[in-house]
Amino acid sequence: MENLKIAWRNLWRNKKRTLITVASVFFGVLISTLMSSMQEGSYSTMVDNIVKFYSGYLQVQSYEYWENKTINNTFELTEELLQKVSETDRITHVAPRLESFALASTENESRGTILFGINSEKEEEITGISKWLSSGEILKSGDDGLLIASGLAQYLQLELHDTLVLLGQGYHGVSAAGKYPIKGIVDLPAPDLNRQMVYMDLETCQEFYSADNMLTSLIVMVKDPYDLPHARHSLKKIIHEPYRLMSWDEMQPELKQMIEADRAGGTIMKGILYIIIGFGILGTITMMLAERRREMGVMVAIGLQRARLGIILFYETILIGIVGVICGFLGSIPVISYFYNNPVKLTGDAAGTMIDMGIEPYLYFTWLPSVFYNQVITIFVITFLIGIIPVTTSFRFVLSKALRG
Amino acid sequence: MSIINIKNLTKIYDGSGLEVVAVNNINLEFAKGEFAAIVGPSGSGKTTLLNMLGGLDRPTSGEVVIDNQNIWELSSRKLTNFRLKNIGFVFQSYNLIPVLTAGENTEFIMHLQGRSKNERQNRTKELLEAVGIGDRLKSRPNKLSGGQQQRVAVARALASKPTFILADEPTANLDSKSTETLLDIMETLNKTENITFIFSTHDARVMKKARRVITLVDGKVDSDVTK
Repeated sequence: MENLKIAWRNLWRNKKRTLITVASVFFGVLISTLMSSMQEGSYSTMVDNIVKFYSGYLQVQSYEYWENKTINNTFELTEELLQKVSETDRITHVAPRLESFALASTENESRGTILFGINSEKEEEITGISKWLSSGEILKSGDDGLLIASGLAQYLQLELHDTLVLLGQGYHGVSAAGKYPIKGIVDLPAPDLNRQMVYMDLETCQEFYSADNMLTSLIVMVKDPYDLPHARHSLKKIIHEPYRLMSWDEMQPELKQMIEADRAGGTIMKGILYIIIGFGILGTITMMLAERRREMGVMVAIGLQRARLGIILFYETILIGIVGVICGFLGSIPVISYFYNNPVKLTGDAAGTMIDMGIEPYLYFTWLPSVFYNQVITIFVITFLIGIIPVTTSFRFVLSKALRG
Repeated sequence: MSIINIKNLTKIYDGSGLEVVAVNNINLEFAKGEFAAIVGPSGSGKTTLLNMLGGLDRPTSGEVVIDNQNIWELSSRKLTNFRLKNIGFVFQSYNLIPVLTAGENTEFIMHLQGRSKNERQNRTKELLEAVGIGDRLKSRPNKLSGGQQQRVAVARALASKPTFILADEPTANLDSKSTETLLDIMETLNKTENITFIFSTHDARVMKKARRVITLVDGKVDSDVTK
């Protein structure tokens, strides 16, 4: 305690210099915290958007499906499989899906479409499909109608209650053909998908493709992304051939790479920032040691062990970091709080790119604990490394020379 | 009976290939309760001798035996501990710890010795009163005059109940009045508590008070006079 008291008082002997050093740590922590909060918040939203819109966090598929996405690489949904997956720890929702391609035709136009056979109630729990409904109504179990994306409807010049002809290749080469009334039109956020998507009730879709009780995927959701590793680990124990477990990052490698590249960019920026801060602290400590050489000599002369002197000097270095980090956190909390409640809306090309990917064009902030503790760890590592210098100095200085000043 | 025995003590500084003999084969003994001054011109080796005597500067050869222990045979850690228990220091520039108050500076050594809080506080009060600044217990060094700071330094040196006190030019930065006061305090403590004081000094007033005056010239004892 005495060591800490002396270290704390020593810190404030040159108030201006200490305040400047603490300020550099403060700004470093503030900027890094805000940057990390914005990055992680935005990544989380991106993943959330993509996952909830399309892939789910995890999918159970037929083993060959991902490499060869045809209706023939489907699997039969058994009660046992559904029960096992549903009862796995951390898993909140499970939805069956049959996904394939078909040609959509009207009297004058045709276009290739992505056809999703869905269980409306379960799909609603995952994607909240009803929020995109612009007209008509959502599908019900056993419905023989379909939902069509607004872009596709516009291209085919279709309106609510019009009939759409679908042609495709069914299970094991069977022809798939049918006429279906449009029960609703959905306005999907991703323009690409909005030009191609058609939703159909799962059973109707299975009938269309002559693939009774067959699925291309079982969509699996967890409460939040941090439950994913645990859920994936648990599911891997029960999902074996002929099934295969795919996670969102395997299904969306581009998104994963984009996040990793962006995160690496942020890390480099923060690294540069912390290097500058580190040299600031180093400068302060070096000057402090040079100025107090005689005093250190006196303390050892009167009986202070060099190890204890090293501890006092080490505390001084660490205290600079602690004060800076605390101030940085206190400064960042109101800013993050503001942006957490008022995400930054993007405009221009950046917004366009995000919309094209089906991601909301906003920069979201997060309260993720790692945003804060990463800064603590970084500053601790920096001050710890710098703190080694005064400790070694306390052991190495020549007493008689130090006393001469 | 001597408590300090210096045998064939030599210190040679070797800088840029040029050897300087600062202390040259000195033999001295100090008894308990001495009030001795080591005098001599600048560069005569006073401070070097005192530093070797205090375990601060390693001799090139020779021995410093205190209470039958050659202190230069001790490890660095044990030597620091030895200084803590046996030697009090008073420096020319006071050298108090600037972030501690007069009381805390005095208490610091006792804290290092592991004495109880109660004992530390009582002795600190007693010592500061003995050196005449009992009312400045809570003052930081920068709020004290040079004379007051040196009195705190004496109190600090006494705090550990040392075998002897080494004072390197203790009055060099003090005015006449402060010098008189300080010397009176040290003389009183020497007489009442039988504490051994060894000074290095240029100051005639210190030499006058000292009961033994050792004169060094070119690193050798030129004279050793007991009054």
